[in-house]
Amino acid sequence: MDLGISALNYVNGIKNNEFTVEEFTLKSLERISQVDEKLHAFLRVNDLAIKNAREIDTKIKSNQNVGKCYGMPISIKDNICIEGSKTTCASKVLENFIAPYTSTVINKLNSEDAIIIGKTNLDEFAMGLSTEFSAYGPSRNPWNTDYVPGGSSGGSGVSVSANECIASLGSDTGGSIRNPASFCSVVGLKPTYGLVSRYGLVSYANSIEQIGPMAKTVKDSAFLLDIISGIDSNDNTTVDNKNQDYLTDIDAGINGKKIGIVTEMTNPDGLSTDVLDATNDAIKTFENLGANCEQVSLEMVRYAVAAYYTITSTEAGSNLARYDNIRYGYEFDSSGFEFNSYISQARSKFGPEVIRRMILGGFVPSAGHAGKYFSKALKVKSKLITEINHVFEKFDFLISPTVPIQPFKFGEKINDPVSFMMVDFNTVTANLTGIPAISVPYKITNGLPIGIQIMANRLEEHSLLQAAYALEKTVDLPEVPI
Amino acid sequence: MTKIGLEIHCQLTKLESKLFCSCKADYRGFEPNTNICPVCMGIPGSLPLLNKSAVEKATLIAMALDCKTPNRIAFFRKNYFYPDLPKNFQITQLNAYGNTSIGWEGKISVENKEIKIRRIQLEEDPGRLIYEGATEKTKLTLVDYNRAGTPLVEIVTEPDFETPHQVREFLNILSDLLENLNVSDPGLEGAMRADANVSIDGGSKVEIKNIGSFHDLEKAVHFEITRQQSLAERKIEIIQETRHWDDGRKITVSARTKEEEAEYRYHLEADIPWVRIDDNTKNQLQVHMPESISSKKERYVSKYGITLQVADILSSDRYFSELFEKANNETNAKDIANMITTDIMGLLDTREKREMSKLEGDHISDLVEYIKSNKITRASAKLALDEVIKNGKPLSQIIEDLDLGHVSDEATLSDIITEVLNEEAKAVEDAKQNPDIVNFLVGKVMQKTRGKADPELTLVLLKKNLGVK
Repeated sequence: MDLGISALNYVNGIKNNEFTVEEFTLKSLERISQVDEKLHAFLRVNDLAIKNAREIDTKIKSNQNVGKCYGMPISIKDNICIEGSKTTCASKVLENFIAPYTSTVINKLNSEDAIIIGKTNLDEFAMGLSTEFSAYGPSRNPWNTDYVPGGSSGGSGVSVSANECIASLGSDTGGSIRNPASFCSVVGLKPTYGLVSRYGLVSYANSIEQIGPMAKTVKDSAFLLDIISGIDSNDNTTVDNKNQDYLTDIDAGINGKKIGIVTEMTNPDGLSTDVLDATNDAIKTFENLGANCEQVSLEMVRYAVAAYYTITSTEAGSNLARYDNIRYGYEFDSSGFEFNSYISQARSKFGPEVIRRMILGGFVPSAGHAGKYFSKALKVKSKLITEINHVFEKFDFLISPTVPIQPFKFGEKINDPVSFMMVDFNTVTANLTGIPAISVPYKITNGLPIGIQIMANRLEEHSLLQAAYALEKTVDLPEVPI
Repeated sequence: MTKIGLEIHCQLTKLESKLFCSCKADYRGFEPNTNICPVCMGIPGSLPLLNKSAVEKATLIAMALDCKTPNRIAFFRKNYFYPDLPKNFQITQLNAYGNTSIGWEGKISVENKEIKIRRIQLEEDPGRLIYEGATEKTKLTLVDYNRAGTPLVEIVTEPDFETPHQVREFLNILSDLLENLNVSDPGLEGAMRADANVSIDGGSKVEIKNIGSFHDLEKAVHFEITRQQSLAERKIEIIQETRHWDDGRKITVSARTKEEEAEYRYHLEADIPWVRIDDNTKNQLQVHMPESISSKKERYVSKYGITLQVADILSSDRYFSELFEKANNETNAKDIANMITTDIMGLLDTREKREMSKLEGDHISDLVEYIKSNKITRASAKLALDEVIKNGKPLSQIIEDLDLGHVSDEATLSDIITEVLNEEAKAVEDAKQNPDIVNFLVGKVMQKTRGKADPELTLVLLKKNLGVK
């Protein structure tokens, strides 16, 4: 039994009686217990996984209707709620928070008979891009454990990359799916804003974030997007996906398509040499596939990171205000405290990055400073949207390297917040403009992965996945060395 | 010149559910913290789902107050830490990107003076704080989140009031208007609250908060004007500040925190997409808008010839005017109006009594008809009303059950009169000298028949018996 198989091959394996759900689940759990001490992808493993697996096996054996996941083990970022179990957001502040309800995406996975194998590590409240800000310790990159796995959905990326599960759900506010996908060499998709319900996703910057799949192949991503997307009565921001079947015609190719190479995101000054080489190589590949590649400039991209941090800090300051430890949270005796001193004590449990953004989020939208920061950021966002709308009149796709650099070592950037922020340079535009973007594994250089990012217009996931699949077919990457 | 402005908060108690979740909008009568869910408790990952009826009801208020209404509305977050706010921000409205609140620039006439409405917005009510414990050390603040998320409409007026009396009059008119629109029950405790700002000639604006009732609001405004005037007379500067109404001492007290410096970090609530209110929706609302109190009043006077005073009382009360509309068939309108204002309003003088009442329009029109055709006396009619309110049976049934039918049969009445005359020998003697005594004897006959005797016939028979003219 190969734990590294894709979701689609897993389903075939079950259908062809090559293995049972229980056998596969057991193997996955074994794998987790072997490698996760080192990788720390998981914060918690689901105790009921084997029980669930047996139930699905029974359904299969007795010819009952079985959901299309056939018991495949899927890991979930620990900022997505499941009723009755902990959702910590990798924060001490939510150490004992047990969700009283289940998120829409989990309900959808459950109704398709997926097995939630465990909850994965992240940067605290999804703020970060290396998992170094997890209150429970970082995850490690399976390609080289001295290096960060990216983030904030680092645990999800690692769990898929290290074959601890078939696929994962992450969340992406400024690159949090695509960045670890690139660093861990898996496929990561950030859908159009509103395509996937956020009901049950703990908000960080709710105006721009999305849940999305992290998987071994582009086809698996399409398979999962089919399941989790669609309008949801519990989320007023969801949009109708018109019952798209993302797997249909996924091999349509990109012959004749117009691809814009975003000048600002491929600037040699901003990219590491290896990433630049890989990018140029990818452009050639696209051309070989019959696409027309052309440089295109998006002027506002230069200000996108600044706008992104201004907007997300403002929203985070508001979204995280509820953590006053009154209705839920962690053990902390309130007697003897006056209200304000109690909550400031309670909130001192936040980690350094969250605190940094709370402070920033208290400042940039404040009455005296909003004009200079928050309002300007909103203007950048709106101009960026205008630019994006304009370029998609001409181009089918935009491309760039997902991250301007390769994975870095632990501690290398943690003391330099600004250079940290610049790692998001290529990913935040998709969030600010609401468009879908995918990271496709493209190369392993010096033993570490490089991913290519493809962006498409709003709700163009279907063609985006076709382009990603076309690119994926051209690459042949080594097995993960763990 | 004294300038007074108001900020009124009105709960949309007639809605089924809260503003952003399916918990009950009317939280009254629940055990603490039982009318709650992940949304109104701000549980991580929950999302607000806008109650569209709340938008419609609020728009109705804006229209009734002659406001301009937007083509689309937006919601904003007002961020501040307070224990009654589950999310530590309140979802409210703000006219930051053009006019996106429920309404603006309206007006209403109060005692022939036009009061301008600056803005109307829709927002969520916070939870309720209950302070317990006597001493500083045992003091507890308890929070009940049942109210959190109740739809609240904030109405902000321009500082157009000049006297506390105008303020009171405005609040009466407004609360009748809200009741008439069927959006709120202003009589419910806490359903309507108001803050005021007061300034006198040349002085700074002072805000008064924490006022429990409309009655106290008038007092608070009155106190505040007097306070400011006495400061001015002594040439002491009136500072711009927020003051709280001290209900016990009936004075305003300076709030320790400087609330005007509060920093709310307003920004758009992205979880609620902008809501379009197209012309069609507005037209529909306009068409189905309940008739205004003033137009109702005018109609009652001009169409039915009801006196101005009765029409005034009847039209300003939603419950009784509805009852009136159901009962009247145009020919009996005057009698029905009188019966409602003189008899029924007294019997149904509380909300509870009205809710329990089984009285229908048909009962009233039947009753008026019965009185007119002499089938029942006015006195019996009152007994019948009591019974109808209790059990709602048809009037004919009740008259039979209680034996309230008119005694107009001469033989029966004569027997009773003979009885009375035998018992009241002295009065009979006196009556021959003093004709007024006859009325006393009529009363006795009424007593014996429990009000059922036909008074005119009784009088005729009595006089005949006594031989007086």
